[in-house]
Amino acid sequence: MAKDRKKIEFQKLGELPPMVQSLRSMAANPTGSWRTLKPVIDPANCIQCTICWKFCPDAAIDWVDDNPAINLDFCKGCGICAEECPKKCIAMVKEGK
Amino acid sequence: MKKVMMGNHAISYGATLSRVQVISAYPITPQTQVVELLSEIVADQKLKAEFIKVESEHSAMAACIGASSAGARAFTATSAQGLALMHELLHWAAGARLPIVMADVNRAMAPPWTIWTDQNDSLSQRDTGWMQFYCQSNQEVLDSVIMAYKVAEKVLMPAMIVLDAFSLSHTYETVDIPDQALVDRYLPPFDFKYKLDVNDPHTYGGLTTPDWYMEFRIKMHEAMDQALVEIKKEAVEFEKVFGRRYDPVEPYMTEDADIVLVTSGTAASTARFAVDQMRRKGKRVGNLRVRTLRPFPFADIREHLKNAKKIAIIDRNISYGYHGIFAQEIKSALYGHSKAPVFNFIAGLGGRDIFPETIMNIVADVKKMKKPEQDLYWVEVKR
Amino acid sequence: MVEIRFHGRGGQGTVIASKILADAVSKEDKYVQAFPQFGVERRGAPVFAFIRIDGQPIYNRSKIIAPDHIIVVDPSLIDAIDVTEGLKKGATILINTGRKPKEFKGLGRGFRIFTIDANEIAVKYKLGSKAAPIVNTAILGAVPRIFDFVKLESILEAVRDGVPVNPDDNVAAAREAYESVQGV
Repeated sequence: MAKDRKKIEFQKLGELPPMVQSLRSMAANPTGSWRTLKPVIDPANCIQCTICWKFCPDAAIDWVDDNPAINLDFCKGCGICAEECPKKCIAMVKEGK
Repeated sequence: MKKVMMGNHAISYGATLSRVQVISAYPITPQTQVVELLSEIVADQKLKAEFIKVESEHSAMAACIGASSAGARAFTATSAQGLALMHELLHWAAGARLPIVMADVNRAMAPPWTIWTDQNDSLSQRDTGWMQFYCQSNQEVLDSVIMAYKVAEKVLMPAMIVLDAFSLSHTYETVDIPDQALVDRYLPPFDFKYKLDVNDPHTYGGLTTPDWYMEFRIKMHEAMDQALVEIKKEAVEFEKVFGRRYDPVEPYMTEDADIVLVTSGTAASTARFAVDQMRRKGKRVGNLRVRTLRPFPFADIREHLKNAKKIAIIDRNISYGYHGIFAQEIKSALYGHSKAPVFNFIAGLGGRDIFPETIMNIVADVKKMKKPEQDLYWVEVKR
Repeated sequence: MVEIRFHGRGGQGTVIASKILADAVSKEDKYVQAFPQFGVERRGAPVFAFIRIDGQPIYNRSKIIAPDHIIVVDPSLIDAIDVTEGLKKGATILINTGRKPKEFKGLGRGFRIFTIDANEIAVKYKLGSKAAPIVNTAILGAVPRIFDFVKLESILEAVRDGVPVNPDDNVAAAREAYESVQGV
């Protein structure tokens, strides 16, 4: 899926769809700025079990070359991946350090 | 093909001919036979549809919402407490603009426990954004299901076919089952522009701020206005194909009538019979049947009541602390347009019979009065 | 317009009888409306069914309180309830019994009474069980013999279409009933 980041704005009633419907998915709405803690994966201990990928509520973990990769444009820093990781190899690191 | 059938089976045949793709329903008296026959038709593979058994009416509507969102033609049927349990999801179906069609067999609300007819169940859902069609014969019930899909899918609003418990649901009469080929010609397959699509994922019904919420409500309201236009158009189209016509309102001998009754459901049918009897005695009485309550046909109501000297509205429902709900609607349509006094009669609640004599007595009472002395009159009650 | 009330007991097929009669009448392109007593039914309890027949569309949708005729599917009801309640003068009464019509004079004056032993016919054709024979198709066979709103052929056709099992036996029972009505 192409991640079109262009912000879409309505001006008039006629431009609206009939029902509330997200436009081009959440890809158009980067939420990385919400984050205060950042997940950092220790690749040495990762067993590629895919649990973090499955549990991420925002689908902000991609699977790249058989390994999980956090998409920081969208990760809100909720820490669910770190909590669920069976190897405890995801650390939540304070942003801005 | 003509067949003698109960009103409930007329619903099932209407849904089958409409080639519904998903049926999800929970049985409740007096609706049970609707679901019974549909489940047999699906099991016999005479209709290619998913029949989803659920544990409640709330879930039945939830399943219909899911199915309709995926672009399937979805159907359900319920009654009274079952409809009340669906309430939250009725708003959801309409707000999500899903053209689901359901049948509601009008059954009075409990307590006290009851299974007989009145309109308080469907009228309690008046403001959920569902079209409402009140039927007076089994033929109309079958035809209305087909027509409702046509209109609903054009304007993307859901529709409710309403019929009286027992007086229609369990009454056998001859119904002409239209040919499938004709129905197919009249009702094309549902092609939903906004259906769920894994290749183009969207979130639906998400948080909408005060900035735009009202605009979505305008869209729903305008869709309902458009629905009225479509209902009138389809009345003509349907007649062309099937030879039967259903307008939003049905006037009977109203043009020269001094007293015009306003009725709905099977009471309207009996009122028409009573009008014939009274006309034979030289009484200038007419009947205006309201078939479509939502969208509300303001202009038609005004047009057909403009010559009436007195108007008598019979409500098989009650808004406690107010008066009858149809009366409330009709009066609002007439405000500033008519000087005729409006009398409101509450009759037939909880399945109490409305006889031709009941209606003739109402007319006799109205004849005696210059204007109403009370906001409402209870008909044939123990005092 | 003709309005008829059926009297039976829950489980005897009284409502089905009214429905099959409606089918038969509909085949002759008349207008018809058949309905049960609205409500809950219990096996063995007295039940009613109603039918309206007319040459024009039927708009009256209220219950029938003053029937033109009655059909008594279960004769034991005659002692249990007032089967002639609201019945019009000159009405025809059809009773399922082996007794003679004149034995029912107690029902009141001004009625035409006919009897048919539908139980015996039903047992003969093995419809239902001996203890609880299904009598409705036999009774329907008697209807065209005494009323002119429906023909025997239409009844037989409707019986054939309307019964779930043994259509031939049911049709034969109806035909025999047509020949066996007493009081004609």
